[in-house]
Amino acid sequence: MPFIPNTEEDQRLMLETIGTKSIEDLYSNIPEDVRFRGDLNLPPALSEWEALREITKISNKNISTDTHSCFIGGGAYDHFIPSGIASLLGRSEFYTAYTPYQGEVSQGTLQSMYEFQSMICELTGMDISNASMYDAGSGLAEAVLMACTVTRRKKVVIAGKVHPNYLDIVRTYAHGQEIEIIQTDPVGGTANLDKLEEIADEEVAAVIFQNPNFYGNLEEVHEISRITKAINKTLLVSVVDPISLGLIVEPSAYDADIVVGEAQGMGIGLQFGGPYCGIFATKKSLVRKLPGRLSGITIDADGKEAFVLTLQTREQHIRRDKATSNICTNQGLMALASTIYMALLGKQGIREVAEQSAQKAHYLAQEISNLNGYSLRFDKPFFKEFVVNTPKEPGFIIEALYDKGFLAGLDLSRFDDEGLMIAVTEKRSKTEMDELVSVLAAL
Amino acid sequence: MNYPDDLKYTREHEWVRKNDDGTATVGITEFAQSELGDVVFVEVDTIGQTLAKDEVFGTVEAVKTVSDLFMPVSGELSELNSAIEENPELVNEDPYGEGWMVKIALSNPSEFDELMNADDYQKIIS
Repeated sequence: MPFIPNTEEDQRLMLETIGTKSIEDLYSNIPEDVRFRGDLNLPPALSEWEALREITKISNKNISTDTHSCFIGGGAYDHFIPSGIASLLGRSEFYTAYTPYQGEVSQGTLQSMYEFQSMICELTGMDISNASMYDAGSGLAEAVLMACTVTRRKKVVIAGKVHPNYLDIVRTYAHGQEIEIIQTDPVGGTANLDKLEEIADEEVAAVIFQNPNFYGNLEEVHEISRITKAINKTLLVSVVDPISLGLIVEPSAYDADIVVGEAQGMGIGLQFGGPYCGIFATKKSLVRKLPGRLSGITIDADGKEAFVLTLQTREQHIRRDKATSNICTNQGLMALASTIYMALLGKQGIREVAEQSAQKAHYLAQEISNLNGYSLRFDKPFFKEFVVNTPKEPGFIIEALYDKGFLAGLDLSRFDDEGLMIAVTEKRSKTEMDELVSVLAAL
Repeated sequence: MNYPDDLKYTREHEWVRKNDDGTATVGITEFAQSELGDVVFVEVDTIGQTLAKDEVFGTVEAVKTVSDLFMPVSGELSELNSAIEENPELVNEDPYGEGWMVKIALSNPSEFDELMNADDYQKIIS
């Protein structure tokens, strides 16, 4: 909203029009004894420059990935963001979070969506990707709704450790739809397959798991798939870290029906938890139940390649209350950041990011578990994140390491769980990791 | 537009033909297909189910709109026209012939007689 100052003449005219003499008259119905008289306890007004200097001084107290070595993960990762992303993202042709409802006038936007979808399909191996969701959590919630629509069932099973925040979002979406969510507790840091086999029946719309799971551990994807696919119609929903797909098995290889994930690690800053970008991909046979926007490619009247918003009859502006979803917008700008990231890195680059993250994480896990009082909480294969048992409270360790220049990890007690969860990206050097280990040893 | 005399019609713009084997063939009328425009998809996932008159048994999707398909009579959905799965444009080109949609095994044959004839249907769409 623009700032529109009123001149004394403007004020006089307005007061005259409504028939009052002064601005004070507008407050005449507020009793005298509840009115404040005197000066407000505020510092004197600052000039723009003084205000900037003051705010900068305050914001310099922040600690961030610029000032500290970050080992925090839990769904948001400090991967490197090439500078090219910000310069392309800031271009006025792209600088909006929305896909336009008459999208075809913005061919460039639709082309970038199409490229995002194509690259997500390549990463996941799936047939169809939409143009993005808000984040992994909203993507998973939409996957639950879609699975219930497709199967006409009202129950889903969570196998193993899915991010607790994602499940909160799922519960919010499922509440009004009366969808039952059954959590099977993990054993030893991965899904309890015996329990899954026992409770998964023909009332279950979807079996949901995360790989790597919340703890960073790799699930036995083929076994989870085998158990799920033995049930008539039940869908397999996989939550992925797209970076991990540079290295570990793609969801199509274990016959996932819906794949969701968090694209933050691909070119999107940590930015206080959002905006991020959700991935949503599925099989061609399920495309008419897909939520969200979809860009397609066609030939225009002159025989030239053109992009169009496709299968819009799924969406609420056409199908109203019977729409497949109420998300008809997306994280267009964030999806563009991930698109540029994927294009800049390419297959080889994403693979290298995944390999470096995994190898460094395994080095650090080894070094920390050699320390007195420290051990790995789980004995399972993991990707770039792991949980350690610590000799002191994780919260104490994290606090103590701020002063040493480290964001040491995530205290799992905030999720009613235990241990210090440590994530390692390709940005962490051997020197940083060795320093972290010696600081922990000296604590 | 063409509304054959040997068919029955509904307010939801479906036509019904009674077959000798106790089933009825159902499609949408020429008026319905022309209002929808190019049909791109017909979705019926209720084959094998028994539904009551007026229940939704599927949807017909055109480029810019979607409409529900309603049971003109009660019965079991016994067959989907597989030709329109591959070639949904048949619904536009030949709505009373190759563009038929489903067959229903009638549970209450008297419902068929209560449907509108071609003259009455033309009155409601004119």
